[in-house]
Amino acid sequence: MIGLAQIGFHNAAAALGLMPFAPPDASSIAGDVDRLYYLLTGITVFFSVLIFSIIFYFMIKYRRRSEDEIPPETHTSMALELTWTIIPSLICVVLFVWASALYVRESRPPASATEIFVIGKQWMWHLQHPEGPREINELHVPVNVPVKITLTSQDVIHDFYVPAFRVKKDALPGRYTSLWFDPTEIGKFHLFCAQYCGTNHGEMIGWVYVMSPKDYAAWLAAGEKTESMAQQGERLFTQYGCIECHVAAGTGRAPSLAGLYGQPEKLASGETRVVDESLIRQAILVPNSVHVANYQPIMPTYQGQLSEEQILDLIAYVKSLGSEERNGK
Amino acid sequence: MSTATADIHHDPVESNVNYLNASYGIKSWLFTVDHKRIGLMYLAVLTFMFTIGGVAATLMRLNLVEPQGALVEPETYNKLFSTHGIIMVFFFLVPSIPATLGNFLIPIMIGARDVAFPKLNLLSWYLFVTGCGFAIFAIISGGVDTGWTFYPPYSSLYSHTPVVIMALGIFIAGFSSILTGLNFVVTIHKMRAPGMTWFRLPLFIWAMYATSLIFILGTPVIAITLFLLGLERLFHVGIFDPAIGGDPLLFQHLFWFYSHPAVYIMILPSMGVISELITAFSRKKIFGYSFIAFSSLAIAVISFVVWGHHMFVTGQSVYAGLVFSVLSFIVAIPSAIKVFNWTATLYKGSISYQAPMLYALGFIGLFTIGGLTGLFLASLATDVHLNGTYFVVAHFHYIMVGGALMGYLGGIHFWWPKITGRLYPDLWARIAAAIVFIGFNLTFFPQFVVGYWGMPRRYAVYPAEFQFLNVMSSAGASVLAVGYVIPLIYLTWSMRYGPPAGRNPWGAKGLEWTTLSPPPTENFDVPPIVTEDAYNYPYAEATHV
Amino acid sequence: MSELAAHDAHAHPPGFAHQFEDVAQQKEAGTLGMWAFLVTEILFFGGMFTSYIIYRSLHLDGFIIGSHLLEVQFGATNTAVLICSSLTMALAIRSAQTGKSKGTIITWLILTMILGAAFLVVKLTFEWYPDYVHHIVPGAYFGFQNHAAWGANAPYVQMFMCFYFFMTGLHALHMVVGLGILTVLVIMTARNKFSPEYYTPLEISGLYWHFVDIVWIFLFPLLYLIGGRYPGS
Repeated sequence: MIGLAQIGFHNAAAALGLMPFAPPDASSIAGDVDRLYYLLTGITVFFSVLIFSIIFYFMIKYRRRSEDEIPPETHTSMALELTWTIIPSLICVVLFVWASALYVRESRPPASATEIFVIGKQWMWHLQHPEGPREINELHVPVNVPVKITLTSQDVIHDFYVPAFRVKKDALPGRYTSLWFDPTEIGKFHLFCAQYCGTNHGEMIGWVYVMSPKDYAAWLAAGEKTESMAQQGERLFTQYGCIECHVAAGTGRAPSLAGLYGQPEKLASGETRVVDESLIRQAILVPNSVHVANYQPIMPTYQGQLSEEQILDLIAYVKSLGSEERNGK
Repeated sequence: MSTATADIHHDPVESNVNYLNASYGIKSWLFTVDHKRIGLMYLAVLTFMFTIGGVAATLMRLNLVEPQGALVEPETYNKLFSTHGIIMVFFFLVPSIPATLGNFLIPIMIGARDVAFPKLNLLSWYLFVTGCGFAIFAIISGGVDTGWTFYPPYSSLYSHTPVVIMALGIFIAGFSSILTGLNFVVTIHKMRAPGMTWFRLPLFIWAMYATSLIFILGTPVIAITLFLLGLERLFHVGIFDPAIGGDPLLFQHLFWFYSHPAVYIMILPSMGVISELITAFSRKKIFGYSFIAFSSLAIAVISFVVWGHHMFVTGQSVYAGLVFSVLSFIVAIPSAIKVFNWTATLYKGSISYQAPMLYALGFIGLFTIGGLTGLFLASLATDVHLNGTYFVVAHFHYIMVGGALMGYLGGIHFWWPKITGRLYPDLWARIAAAIVFIGFNLTFFPQFVVGYWGMPRRYAVYPAEFQFLNVMSSAGASVLAVGYVIPLIYLTWSMRYGPPAGRNPWGAKGLEWTTLSPPPTENFDVPPIVTEDAYNYPYAEATHV
Repeated sequence: MSELAAHDAHAHPPGFAHQFEDVAQQKEAGTLGMWAFLVTEILFFGGMFTSYIIYRSLHLDGFIIGSHLLEVQFGATNTAVLICSSLTMALAIRSAQTGKSKGTIITWLILTMILGAAFLVVKLTFEWYPDYVHHIVPGAYFGFQNHAAWGANAPYVQMFMCFYFFMTGLHALHMVVGLGILTVLVIMTARNKFSPEYYTPLEISGLYWHFVDIVWIFLFPLLYLIGGRYPGS
């Protein structure tokens, strides 16, 4: 109910042409985040006004009227102490549960999400669509299609932030992080780097263009014809000699990669790990740390030989070797 | 103990051999072991360091008046915000109240002659000055551009600035903090006057004790973290470099393991000051003494387990996020308890509005806002949107400036007569307090708004739609600056021309108000024996049963 | 004023500091202070131990290789040397406590110093210097090329060696400071500062020395004994 009141307030403010208090509400969770924000604001305003008013009232009512004035005795009250401990605690519980539930939703991308791969580097964003298009500092996506972004950095820590979607995640060198969003409004929205990364941190910005399905298709068609990530990956797979050992039939010195993505894999140490982007990357760069059971640890490392884009292409290729629905769209 | 009213009139100037004039000459200061002189020497250095940090802030806000930068290139801007943060955190706020008011007051408030280890106290001042020296040398050599957070790989592999020198300065200043904390813990445990039991201690002492626990437990970790960063930078050995097996997030965990408790180092002493000011200027016993005392300890303990809330968007697991979020909510509760107890102290009090009280009341208001905005950041879903934006900047400035710094100024004003033996002109002090309050809000409130809009922090240039709020903030900053300059003038003036203060110009309770102003070197002319509780202000008997 | 003058007239042992009421208070304060300082030292080393533990669990193979590069016999010898030095330190304190002559106290102190110095000599001469010669000191001269057998583990071997040098180096620095403290104690004893009523500096320095010993007792197995040391390993 408070949420409804606050949505009403927000809309009223917008309708009156007042300064909006929030960026555009452009993703499936933006409204939820805003509602939580307004609740927090309401609590802040309430308690601030409460404390300020009580203090003002006391300041006036109990001002010293003469130098030898002696105030009456007051007694500490356990009931009061408990009240103002328990009520804030309960408020905190509500806030925690609400915020955490939303956060957990934010951490679980829908299975149907399109995947986009982003590499941050000083001082630009490199975005790769699995079908092949590459963008610099811009991302074109169709409206109402969830997008999962897999992020990494080529140098220092960056952070991919789209205020309109209320999502943000650090891009770390040497590993993958991810975020997802479902854009609900057509338009053009700021993309910022939100982790200080050096001289031009403030210029590592861009735009996310959310387009109608028709416009998006037109944009895809108008772009330069490039190979998909999986196709590029397939070329690299041959070029770097992976195919020599990773024979598809499983007869080579290394495991076949067909259908491997997303499956659990047993390692020589007895541990079982799920084959995901991070594991494939680790296998390429530090092969000895991914010693698969029943195979010799003889894979050479490709550290320093492959760029982040090439690693992502290879990962896309491995994914494409899985079941049909994993082929890059 | 005489009644409150009897002490208010100014005593005739008493026989005046005190700690200030007991010996003369620069050597008598540089080799002193008197905690009061050491406190004053810290005050001088800290004022100087605050000025440097303040100049950096001024240049930053001037630059932000225009979206493409009005004053400096991004490279310089990055050095400015880094310098501002490093100086203000490590070389001003962390030592501020403990090293000045703490050093001066703790022995007197507990009825002791000095701290437990006076020579270590002097050593801590020299260490601090040495640390400042390295920091200033780093600034003069161009300044670092890593932010006060020094995140690798930028700080270890990419920055071409004197990171190691600055880290060394912070490292050395950290040892100053550790020695101060050690001294305070031992002093409070072992050197209380006869009759001064734990629960008769002024709440300032409880706050300083809790702060000292954090000094002792937290500071060594930042020391080793910066040490590792320095080794990484000098020898490129890979501790934080993912290309050779290291982990940049390890740095963040180690860094925040200290730096979060550090923010409680910065606020707890101020809270202690506020407890003293509220009682003195309401002329009544504090409401909920043991609740406030224990909340200080609770804050100190819980502060060590919330550091992960600085890392919610680093890709750490959802479970880690949940744990740190719940703990971050828990740490807010003791602070809320304090705010309510201070407010309740005013009830049926006899309230007067000299400058220290204005600072105290301003603290309560601004700390309430600052603390509540912390809940936005403890809440996972909103933190995802707000992390790295100006919302965070506004939040911590409300606490650090609206809170800690106002407590510092309030305390300096309250105890100034005791420290110098002089009164300052209260009208100017009140005007300055009002200007600080107004200027502060004008500067930082717009930053909450522009932060929710999505303006990231540490941006030398920004999209044009954020300009209006930035200009408002910069305008506020110029007002705030005026508010800080005014006390420098009248406090300095008062040292020579202020009327003599007498033992107890405020009519306050507390052992420090029973001795001369300024106190003699051994603090008390008559060694105290404590027979009553803290804040034992007289109260009118009820006229009905 | 008169109370202070009367206070000064009490006979206090040499070494008494006048911010205290009596020797007992000074002793308690000194002891509490030293324990608090040792807590800060635990946190200080703790940061390094934490980082070490994390990386060891992530890169155990590289760390085993690195550990086997160390000379266990010298590490073990040093462990024995330090334990003996803690014994001599304790005996020095015991001598003061039981009123033995200052010569006795000084003898035990000097033995402690000799053992401490022996530790440092063994470390420098038989461990660090050969490490430098054999190119396993991290940094620009780390001998990656000499050890093809390390394969992909090579960066983690270097990382292990970093931790080895950082942690034992920090420990050695504390030993050097300890030697300095012992020197001061020898001088103070020679100047008759201690008596059975007051030997607090000896006692709290003993705490420090024992702490440095205990840190080594953790370092030795963590660094030298990873992955077992049985024949054929």
